[in-house]
Amino acid sequence: MKALSEFKKSLIISLWFMLLTFPIMVIRVNTIEKVVEWRWRNMAFIGIGSFLLSFVWRYLLGRKEKGRKLAEAGRVEVRLFSQRLMDEPRIYRPALAAVTLFAVAFPFLFSSYQTNIMTTALMYVMLGLGLNIVVGLAGLLDLGYVAFYAVGAYSYALLNYHFGLGFWAVLPVGALLGVLFGILLGFPVLRLRGDYLAIVTLGFGEIIRIILENWNEFSFGPSGIANISRPGLFGIQMSLNEATIYLYFIMIALCLFTIFVVNRLQDSRIGRAWIALREDEVACQAMGIDKTKTKLTAFALGAMWAGMVGVIFAAKTTFINPASFTFLESAMILSIVVLGGMGSIIGVIIGAFILILTPEYLRAFSNYRMLLFGMTMVLMMVFRPQGIVTNVRRIYKFRARGRDGEPSQA
Amino acid sequence: MDSVLEVNGTTMDFGGLRALHAVDLQVRQREIAALIGPNGAGKTTFFNCVTGIYEPTEGDIFISPPGGKRRRINGVKINRAAELGMARTFQNIRLFPNMTVLENVMIGRHCRAKAGVLGAILRGGGTRREEQEIVDRSYEILVKIGLADQVDELAKNLPYGAQRRLEIARAMATEPFLLLLDEPAAGMNPRETEALEELIVRIRDEERISILMIEHDMKIVMSISDRIFVLDYGEKIAEGTASEIRENPVVIKAYLGEDVNA
Repeated sequence: MKALSEFKKSLIISLWFMLLTFPIMVIRVNTIEKVVEWRWRNMAFIGIGSFLLSFVWRYLLGRKEKGRKLAEAGRVEVRLFSQRLMDEPRIYRPALAAVTLFAVAFPFLFSSYQTNIMTTALMYVMLGLGLNIVVGLAGLLDLGYVAFYAVGAYSYALLNYHFGLGFWAVLPVGALLGVLFGILLGFPVLRLRGDYLAIVTLGFGEIIRIILENWNEFSFGPSGIANISRPGLFGIQMSLNEATIYLYFIMIALCLFTIFVVNRLQDSRIGRAWIALREDEVACQAMGIDKTKTKLTAFALGAMWAGMVGVIFAAKTTFINPASFTFLESAMILSIVVLGGMGSIIGVIIGAFILILTPEYLRAFSNYRMLLFGMTMVLMMVFRPQGIVTNVRRIYKFRARGRDGEPSQA
Repeated sequence: MDSVLEVNGTTMDFGGLRALHAVDLQVRQREIAALIGPNGAGKTTFFNCVTGIYEPTEGDIFISPPGGKRRRINGVKINRAAELGMARTFQNIRLFPNMTVLENVMIGRHCRAKAGVLGAILRGGGTRREEQEIVDRSYEILVKIGLADQVDELAKNLPYGAQRRLEIARAMATEPFLLLLDEPAAGMNPRETEALEELIVRIRDEERISILMIEHDMKIVMSISDRIFVLDYGEKIAEGTASEIRENPVVIKAYLGEDVNA
């Protein structure tokens, strides 16, 4: 009986799809010969295809549900490969070594085009980690994160243009300006949360972009700023190829720095306060956590990384204009955080690589690449809404004595 | 006077609605005071006034922590109230569901620690010691409350009764002199209620913390409270020991309604 109803369900789905795609897949008006072509074969393909796929779809959904129920009932270990990877030193140590070796050798093995792409991916790793503080840890949905990125980029471009300041001098300035703008955004939105916060931050992002686009005297408007100097290294002259490699290594170093800092923050008194704020704002305050301070530090420390990456972006492309800082960019960074797994550093790193590198390497499918990209996102959210890597809470070691006076260990 | 909390003529209006009307209440050192009253009498509103969630329209709220100075706390910020030594639990449990049991209690230690951003990044000796101190103290509290076996469990996976206890543990971690419990026994089975009774008494005797609790379970209220305050329609209608309250005609009327034959 069950088989029959399953069959019926699939049949209905395939009929529905055939109907839906009828106008685009079957009818074609040949404008030259002025005839209508009826491509019935396409309809058959759609029908059979959706019929079979609906079975697969329901099977996968059912499996996911079953897994969830098991996990809830008997707490069956639901661990992904990625989590096992981090738990066992026997696996992760060689893996880490391999990744390090690959990262160091990368620019020498591949073309400078590939190195460039990798640098971009690393930039998004850093952006993702920064936004992760705000969205993943503190639970403040920020849709205008790109504004801080723009602030960093323009601070380098303008300081370089007007005063000839170099990359290394402006990098901390960019970070500081990021912090400043983070606090600037933080103040008005202290009382807001959820949807309202999202809308205001979205507006903030757009305001920054529109100012940059229209305040010609300040930012040179849509035509942008060109000839920004690349990062220097004790005044050594570098070819374009060498400069690319140099920037790649700067990015690697900065990423490691970010991971180090974010990891420590996450694992501290402040990090815990952020998570508590995300979990329950009222309870969090009732436990003595200053909401204002905690929110502002989250905004400031999140924006700091975007400010830094902005400086790097300007140095990398040597040309910036407001078109690089649209809402799409914010959405992309947010997708990285959500896809990777909110609050998980490894997750965000993997997410950034997948989201930035997939469209690049999917160029072979040219027209379909954005379609595939979108499909991956949808599938991901249906089957693994918590992201690639779920954040596992830390187990603390304590020295206190147990009830019976024995030193106990969890 | 050795009262730790002193509320004088507190009135709370929400627009035209008077939720509390000139309520007086004192909680003495190391006593269990209970606040009872029919639904909608303004008990939780009273808690919210004391813990800084609302600022009372009229009246004064004073605290005098043991060994500390007496001060007026009308309209202090919520987190400041916790810092000053008033910790509370919530009627509808408000834990941090996706944090472990231990982490929940560690959050309670937040206001007694002071590591800043730089300290967190550099993680010097001081910060590390402080962190370890937070972990150790939190664990000790969990041992006392009886949740030591579940330290690494996520709070949301705990059974209901244990969640209530965890809320108390978390509040204890802020080192309060006054613990405000909002219906701690709600939804508990008789066995859990008994254990809770014992726990509250122990908190008073061993930790020397005063307790003010809202509770509907008359069994627990009558058996452990040193003093009981009764609210009805935002007004305090009675105050006294358990036996006094039990006999008080005004209280009986508020709970059971007017006698039709009278």
